[in-house]
Order: sequence, then structure tokens, then C-alpha cells
Amino acid sequence: MTTAEATRMRLRGFVRKEFLQILRDPSSILLAIVMPVVLLFLFGYGVTLNPTRVPIAVVAADHSDFADDLVARFALSPYFDPVVVSSPQRAQRLLDDGEVDGFVQIRENFSSDLLRQGYSPVQIIVNGVDANRARLIQGYARGAIQRWSAVRQSRGEQPATGGVRLQAHIRFNEANESRNFLVPGLIALIMTLIGTLLTALVIAREWERGTMEAILVTPLRLHELLLGKIFPYYVLGMLGMLFAVAGGRWIFHVPLRGSLVLLVLLSSLFLLASLGLGLVISAATRVQFIAAQISIVAGFLPAFFLSGLLFDLESTPWVIQVVSHVIPARYFVEISHTLFLAGNIGSVLWPASLALALMALVFLGVARRKLSKRLE
Amino acid sequence: MDSPDRHHSGQSGSPNAIVLKAERLVKVFGQKGKTPVTALHEISLEVAGGGVTGLVGPDGAGKTTLLRLAAGLLLPSSGSISVLGLDATRQAIAIQSRVGYMPQQFGLYQELSVRENLDLYADLQGVPALQRPERYEKLLHMTGLAEFTGRRAGQLSGGMKQKLGLACSLIKAPQMLLLDEPTVGVDPVSRRELWDIVNQLVRDEGIGVLMSTSYLDEADRCDRVVVLHEGRILAQGEPKFFRETLRGRVFTFAPAPGRGARFLQGKLSGTAGVVDATIRSGRVRCVFDAVPSSPDGLVSCEDCLDIKAVEPNFEDAFMAMLPHQELPVTPRALHAEEGAEQEITVQARGLKKVFGDFEAVKGISFEVARGKIFGLLGPNGAGKTTTFRMLCGLTGVSDGEVLVAGKDLRRSRARARQRLGYMAQIFSLYRQLSVLANLEFFGRAYGLHGRKLAERIDWALDEFDLRTRQDVQAGDLPGGYRQRLAMAVALLHEPAILFLDEPTSGADPLARREFWLRINGFSQQGVTVVVTTHFMEEAEYCDTLLIMSRGAELAQGTPEEIRNLVRSHANPEPTVEDAFIALAEGEIPGQLIPNGGRP
Repeated sequence: MTTAEATRMRLRGFVRKEFLQILRDPSSILLAIVMPVVLLFLFGYGVTLNPTRVPIAVVAADHSDFADDLVARFALSPYFDPVVVSSPQRAQRLLDDGEVDGFVQIRENFSSDLLRQGYSPVQIIVNGVDANRARLIQGYARGAIQRWSAVRQSRGEQPATGGVRLQAHIRFNEANESRNFLVPGLIALIMTLIGTLLTALVIAREWERGTMEAILVTPLRLHELLLGKIFPYYVLGMLGMLFAVAGGRWIFHVPLRGSLVLLVLLSSLFLLASLGLGLVISAATRVQFIAAQISIVAGFLPAFFLSGLLFDLESTPWVIQVVSHVIPARYFVEISHTLFLAGNIGSVLWPASLALALMALVFLGVARRKLSKRLE
Repeated sequence: MDSPDRHHSGQSGSPNAIVLKAERLVKVFGQKGKTPVTALHEISLEVAGGGVTGLVGPDGAGKTTLLRLAAGLLLPSSGSISVLGLDATRQAIAIQSRVGYMPQQFGLYQELSVRENLDLYADLQGVPALQRPERYEKLLHMTGLAEFTGRRAGQLSGGMKQKLGLACSLIKAPQMLLLDEPTVGVDPVSRRELWDIVNQLVRDEGIGVLMSTSYLDEADRCDRVVVLHEGRILAQGEPKFFRETLRGRVFTFAPAPGRGARFLQGKLSGTAGVVDATIRSGRVRCVFDAVPSSPDGLVSCEDCLDIKAVEPNFEDAFMAMLPHQELPVTPRALHAEEGAEQEITVQARGLKKVFGDFEAVKGISFEVARGKIFGLLGPNGAGKTTTFRMLCGLTGVSDGEVLVAGKDLRRSRARARQRLGYMAQIFSLYRQLSVLANLEFFGRAYGLHGRKLAERIDWALDEFDLRTRQDVQAGDLPGGYRQRLAMAVALLHEPAILFLDEPTSGADPLARREFWLRINGFSQQGVTVVVTTHFMEEAEYCDTLLIMSRGAELAQGTPEEIRNLVRSHANPEPTVEDAFIALAEGEIPGQLIPNGGRP
């Protein structure tokens, strides 16, 4: 038997063992298959960053047609679920009790002022505990009032209220659907789960059960061991990626404007970096519990919170922005958003891919140095 | 030894060629911030092919370190080690494709079937596909696993796992076999079968086997023995040589009627000139430091019935060889509380535990009287720990009844527990707390405080000889001291009943002897002791015992009753282990199994 044949035989045996283990171990299946499905549906249906049917109160002290028309605008808006109340005190109580997220106050002299001076103030009071949500509600309310004024204008009842008319236009995510934004980012999470968490866990388990010791005393070479560990989880991570793309495309109708080939290539880079991190962690600890903790703190949480997946990095403090540069997921989320929503834009994709390639090299290099065929 | 014809005129040369050679081998383990530990001090040894070399020594002697160095898993700190003429530092891969190695945990993948485990190791060792069917058949036949090729390794019994582990390490017909405590925790039947396989391998293929063990009785089966102690070789040679040196120094004493063997043992172990006193087959076996002039002068006639000179075995030699420190245990005088001993403190009736469709414990009944030592014996997986947890109220009872100190645990767990002391199988104290802090914490947890607590802690520090180490973190204590601390904690609140789960597992022979002397002392003070163990010879220290296998009772009675089950002309002085093997293999008809005198 030649050396190449022997290498192939060892690798084949090792990889087959790895796949059998994943398929037969409920906890691996949970991480590699169930979690991505749960995340996809959670992100696709459950989590949404744009609120709809926000409960608000409308205090209409004026009963003119103008005012009724305005109240109707709120009722017609998909973003609001208004209740009409008679007094500001009542509206305040509803707000205090958390029954509504804000209220709109139309004063008694609303229509008379409007007729007399051409404009009249409408007060919007919003629960500001969640600042983002408050800003969105404020925006929706402004939108509803604008639409009311546009309708009136078209009927020739009244000229524009004067001053600048704000015209908002949302780019790239025309429907302003947060799932279009979340589903592409999901790939980063799935790959971190499989590449870092699952890999580190599975290797730590081998140490705990003593199988690693038995494997190390076989003629398996170190690079074969690394390759044998990387390959199955690479395949699993890519399947997770394709699954997220398919789910996004056919279930949630997320557009994919860039090239799929490019997405496969660039997500490979990210997956290799994640796998590298997982291998480094498993070189550092041989206990499953600690491996899970480190993977979550060093891999999963940053991929969730510091990658721009949930929160816009531009609006975070500069410290966070600096820190985010050492997190592979940050570059990948950028790549994924670009490829899904914008297209093949080289000026964004190149630098991010370069950063990912560098990180993959560093992590895999460290793993190669740290792992050894000895027990020390 | 004589070597039969071998099929393989392999590269290993003649069967008695040297297959492993260590020269001034040193291994130091150093961790940042901790004082380095020297596991091996300048070990020099040679292992010959075509035979079994036993590596014998207590826990922490350096057995595993030596085996791992041989397999190229560790690098020597200085000195050299070579296997089959290959340097273990520079030619590790070459060694790894020529030797079979079985780590302590067998190295099996639980999720993979027997067949898949074999395939994996065949692939890793590069066994050509054409040779596999023949090799597999041979290994499966030898290990008796042929019927189970489709079963997952995780669902095999302990003994079958061990045999599969061995088969995996033999997949490429190795020229040498390294086995790390292959028989630990495995039932006696499987142990015997494993030895048969190893002996057959040596006979048929002439390979050299280096095998570590903490079972001293296994040393007598080896061709050569190397005794390791604290990283140094104390002695090496044929077992016969060890036995010869002790000729005339080993005697057994039969206790006088009315005097228990444990009492006599306590007396003898405190006598000058006695280096070891154990209970074997109902008699006290004593090893003397020199040939005694008159052993009968040592004990009075009222304690001892007769004295016999016996053949020494390896264990006797081992105990005589170890540097002895005075055991700090001095047994107390017998309490004359005959009447109180009739009181039943622990009672189990038809105890059952079912997990899903698996019956872990299949209806067990027994009673323990006050001040008695009750042993629950059986191999790993027999259901001992489950039974034990039901007794302590740590797990629910599927069916049956448990009364502890007259209380039904299902109704008044908290009150019944106040009277229990419990020592878990794994070390379950706070490793980051000092010895003293652990004692204080657990004392308070059991409701002790103020002067009472101070008194009890004082007692514990003295009784268990922990005073010099009271400020050491529990996690940094050496094994024997950890065990003492765990026991001190269990006894702090002066429980009437002590539950000990595998207290001697992993302990060296010296620590085990010390432990049993202590237990003996407590039972004489009226503490009821329930203990589990997989060491069959420890049965002798119990008043009554129950032997379990696969969740069912095999036999119950006093050690003598159990031994008498297999007494015959061929085996006039059987051990409890002989009885276990006969019971497990069904050689004794069921109706003869004694039932502790109960209906």
C-alpha cells in the first residue's frame, strides 16, 4: 500500500466516523439541524424590527370633519391600532398602564385654527423606553398625518401646510422588511454555531470520553486529524448556508441580487475562520462545559450583537466599532447583506473578504500549532 | 518461558527479544503557578516479548505516564524510551503503527456499532480490505462479540466494551500491546476472559504485552512484574521470585468463636512485626517483616482458634515491599451492646427501579442491623449505585419499600436524612475551599453550630489526621486525604447510618486497608454502615453482603455463607470472587442461594 493510499484510507475512515457520530448524536443534530431551522423561522416570522399595529390612543376633542378624517387615517394605517378616547387624562392613564404605546392629541380648536391660519399643531406623545421603537412610532405618526394632508391637498381643500415637505425613500430594502435584513445575517449565526460551537464541543467530548487518546496513538497524522475534523463541519456549515438561502428565497421571498457562486465562496472563507476558532478553543480546553462557554462568549454572542446583524454598527460608540473589527462575523454580515440586497459590489466585498481570509489563516494556523499528537 | 511455534516470524525477532527499553527515564509535569510534579524518577527497565509484563503500583505511581511515554503520547523530560527498537520521541508514528494501545476508557465511540468501531481502527491502522474479513472473524470470535456486531458500543456491558476496546487495539496484529488498567471496574468473569484472550495472544502470536493493573491478584498471572511506587521502580522480576522472598512469613489466623475476624484483624494489625493484616476467606492473613520465631505467641487463645502457615502470594510481597507508615487507626474495644444489635436500622423490601423500559434494579430485599457493615457487591453497571440512591432518598422508588432508621423515606426524607451520612462515589466537596472551610460549611449545612460545631471539627481533624493540612484547598489534597476529608464530612453530624458509595474505587491497597480499619472502628461504636464496592475481596470486611449482577440479587448472606456455596474438594478454601464467578455463570442452582434467613 502506498502512502497516499494509506492517507486516503485513514481520512476516509475518520470522516465517516465523524458523520456517523453527528447523525447519531441528538445534541449534534440539535445544533446542526434543529437550531438553524428554529433560527430561520424565528428571524423570518417572529423577530421583526418594524412594529405594526402599534396600540395608540387618539384624543379627539374636535369633532369636525377634518379631525374625523385625521382619526380615520390612523385607523387605516397598517402600523396603528388606535382607540379613540375623550380626554387627555384618559389617554395618559392608558399610556401609564402600558395599554398603549403613545397617544395623538387633536385639540378642540384644531379645525378652527386650520381654517384660520392654514396650519394647526397635533401633539404626539410616545413611550420612549425603547428609543428605537419610539422613533419609529413617531415616524409612522408623521407619515399618517402627511398622508392625510396629501389626500386633502388632492381634493383641493387646502394647500400644503407650508415649509418643507419631507419625502422619505428607503433604499435597498424597499419593503422596509426587517426579515430581508435578518435572514442574510442568519447565515453568520448558523456558521458560527456549526463551525465554532459544534466543532469545539465535539472535540472536547472526544477528550472527555478518552477516544482522543485512542485516536492519537494510531498512525493518523496531525494534518489528517485537522482535515478530518474540518471537512465534515465544513460540509455541514455549507448545507446550513444553502438551507438559509433556500428558506430565505422561497419561504420569505428575500431577494438575492448578487451571485450565488460568490456567496458560496465568501461564506467558505467565513466558515473556515469559524472552524479555525473552534479548533483553537478545543486546543485550549478539553472539557465540554468550558468549550461551550468559550464558544458562546467568543463566537456566538459577538456574531449576534457585534456583527451588525441586529444593531447597526454605525450608530454604536466608537469603542464597539473598533472591537467589531476583530470579529469575523462583522465582515461576513457585511458581505451577506451586500450580496443579498445590493448585488456584486466589489468595493464592499473585496476588503471584507480579505479580512476574512486573513482571519481564517490566523485561526487555522494557531490551531495547527496548538494541537499536537501528544497529550501535553 | 517456553515458546510454541509461531506463524509470524515477524520483525520483532525472537519472542524473548526486548520490545521496550527505558533508560533513566524522567517525566516531570509542570503547570504554570504550580510546583512541578515528578511522575517518573529515572526509570530504567526492559520488557521482553512473548510474555505479559505487569506494571503494578498504587494510584499515582506513574503507571499511566510510563505507558503514554511508550506510546509516544508524552515526551520524556530526560532519559529515553524505545519501543521495538524505535525511539518514542522521534519515531512516534512508526511505533504507533506497530503497537496496540488501549487507554483506560477503552477509546470506543459510543454512537458507533461494534463493526463500525472496528472499521474505524482498521482504516486508521491501514489494514488492507482483503485482510479484514479474516482478522475481524478471528477477533470477534476471540472476544465473543460475533453476535453483537450491529450493536452500538454505548449499549454494551462493561466487560463487552473492554473486549471490544481490546479488539480495536489488536486490529493490525500489533507486535506489542500496551494496556492501561484494562480490568478496572470490570466484573470478575470478564476479567478472567480478558486474561484468557491476552494469554492466547502471547501463545499464538508471541507478542509482548505491557499491562498496568491495580488488582494485585493479577500480578500472579504475569510472566514478569514491575512494581512502581511514587515514580520509582521498587522491584522487578517473576512473580515467583516475589513469593519466594516471603516464604515462612505469611500465616493465617482463625478467629475464636464469638470473636469476629475483624476484631482479630484489628488486634493483629497493631502488633509489632506485622506489616499487613487482612481478612481472607474468614481468616486473618498476616505478613511479617521477618520469619517470626513463634507466631502463636502473638495472640491469646481466647481470640484465636488456630494458626496456619500459608503460601505467600504477590499481594503479600507487595505490602511487605511498600514503605510502611504506621496506620493512624487504632481500633477501639468492643462495645458490649448485644441487645441493641438486634435493632433493624435499614430495611428494603422488593426494591425496584425502572428507567423507561429498562429495569435497573429488579426487586431487592434486605435488612441491616444496628452497628453492622452491609456490603453491596457487584461489577460496574450491576445497579449498586441506583439501589444506593434509593436507600438515601436521592432517587424515587419505582416499587417496594425502604425504611431507614424506622422512617419511610418517601414520607419524611428530611428527618430521616438528618441521621444519615453520605459519601458519594465522586469527590463532591468544594475543591476551591480549604479543608477547614469545607468542614465548617457542611457542619452548618447539617445544623451544627457554635461549640458543638467546633468540637466536631476538632474531632474530624484529629480522627482523620487532617490537622496539618487544614488550610490546604480540598482540590489540591492527595487522593488518600481527599477520601479522608469526604468521610470526615459524612461523619461530622454523628449520623447513625453511614452510606458509602464505592469509597475504595481508585484507591491504592494501602489506603483501602486504612479505610476498612476505620470503618471497622465506626461499626464497633454502633454506626451502621452500608457500602458498595466492586472489589470482591472487600466482601470479607462486611457482616452481611448482597451480590448483585444486572439489577438482580445473585446471593445474600455472610461472607462465609457465600463462600460455602462453592466449597468443594477441588476448592477447599474458596474466595468470594470464586463464588461470584460460579453464581454469575449459573453453576450453582438458584434454590441454594441463601436469603439472609428471611422468608
